[in-house]
Amino acid sequence: MMFAAAAIALLVTLAMALARAALGPTVFDRVQAANTVGTIAMLLLSVLGFLNGRPEFLDLAIVYGLLNVIGTIAVLKYFRRGDLGDAGLEGEGR
Amino acid sequence: MVLSIASWLCLVSGGLFCVVGALGMLRMPDFYTRMHAASVIETLGAGLILLGLMLQAGPTLVTVKLLFVGLLIFFASPTATHALARAALVRGLKPLLAEPEREPSKP
Repeated sequence: MMFAAAAIALLVTLAMALARAALGPTVFDRVQAANTVGTIAMLLLSVLGFLNGRPEFLDLAIVYGLLNVIGTIAVLKYFRRGDLGDAGLEGEGR
Repeated sequence: MVLSIASWLCLVSGGLFCVVGALGMLRMPDFYTRMHAASVIETLGAGLILLGLMLQAGPTLVTVKLLFVGLLIFFASPTATHALARAALVRGLKPLLAEPEREPSKP
């Protein structure tokens, strides 16, 4: 019962983050929303493992979290350097 | 019994913090303030939910795995947020200020 309550709250959060990803005026809003969706997916996997009585889902949560970090950093690197292409505030060597 | 009540409290308040953070992400006026609201999800929301699950699991391998999930979120999400704010600043996204920016004073 308590796991169901937590799962419902996480699903509501997921819906709101998806709405922000669809609305977001800048690309950074969308990246932020994607990052939040990744975190919520980790938590939802953990809670669902308990809800079904199968805690092996935690392994999936760990792998998902690692992939989420790599994905966010890579997309940010692309948007920082790929599109405008100037060094900005950063100085040289970047 | 006590453990069950504590676990209930942690899970429900963690879910509440998640919903509040997402509400902030929807309602805040500016990218940087939205980022602030989203960090509530990753600190208090995730921490409380994982704590509730840990109380429910007891001293087993599952708790260790939950601890690893928590550590991953604890270290990775501030890094991602920092990179995000830096990227937005470098790309020239101006923060929304309460009062108009003053000219720097002449010496």
